[in-house]
Amino acid sequence: MPENKFLENKLGLMGWVSGGRYGIERYAYSLHRLTGLAILAYFLLHILVTTSRLFGQQVWEGVMGFLESPAFKFGEFLVYLAFAYHALNGLRLVLTELGFFLGVPRQPVYPYTHSVRRQRPLLVVVMVVAAIVVLLGGYDFIGFPGK
Amino acid sequence: MRTRESTFWTWHLLAGLVILVVLGIHMFVMHLSKLLGTDIGKGVLDYYTVMWRSTNVSFAVMYVVLLGAALYHGLYGLRTILFELTLSERAEKIISALIVFAGILLFVVGSYGTIAVYLRGTA
Repeated sequence: MPENKFLENKLGLMGWVSGGRYGIERYAYSLHRLTGLAILAYFLLHILVTTSRLFGQQVWEGVMGFLESPAFKFGEFLVYLAFAYHALNGLRLVLTELGFFLGVPRQPVYPYTHSVRRQRPLLVVVMVVAAIVVLLGGYDFIGFPGK
Repeated sequence: MRTRESTFWTWHLLAGLVILVVLGIHMFVMHLSKLLGTDIGKGVLDYYTVMWRSTNVSFAVMYVVLLGAALYHGLYGLRTILFELTLSERAEKIISALIVFAGILLFVVGSYGTIAVYLRGTA
């Protein structure tokens, strides 16, 4: 960003690996970026794959047949997992960016609290919801017995 | 003070919210169909089921909106990650130009596919 141009990012990508004193939110940040990159890579391929329906049934079924292997199905489930995490963590980020769940400013009185700790319950809630979404989706990926 | 970058960032957040709704619907349709009992016919990826969705105006509009929002959100996110590595100004300009070019190209390819299939199916 132009505003930060003179602040050198000394850690580079290594800053994603170590949370340091920033706690679990730092790992949530790293995972948000990793899942974002994975979803982007999948999405670019998805555009090309879904465009194949333009060339008729035979081409579509050929492409779908190629993607039906267990390895691709597992990969698709990983993308679903990444989507569930990225979407719900992203919702948390938007809410905190807009100032929700951070509490009101107040005098620092010992024992000190900070905004990261005040919004942590929100992180827990969105991760529980993400886990439920993943479980429901996993059920659908595996399928019902007899179907 | 609102800069050009903060405007781009606001669009990034708005695009994320649009994706949350539209991709949420897409995920419900595609990946929760057995659970919801909406998995009719030979499955959600069967050619005729795919063509039914593609020639439905609501789905067609949803696909184009999703395509635009997801490309903007994803490619702007990629640009932000790359810029955080404190690159030279020249490198930033090249990356921005490549990302804009890739975004426009993919939007044209994706929306052409969606609109052409829709028009062919409804003709």
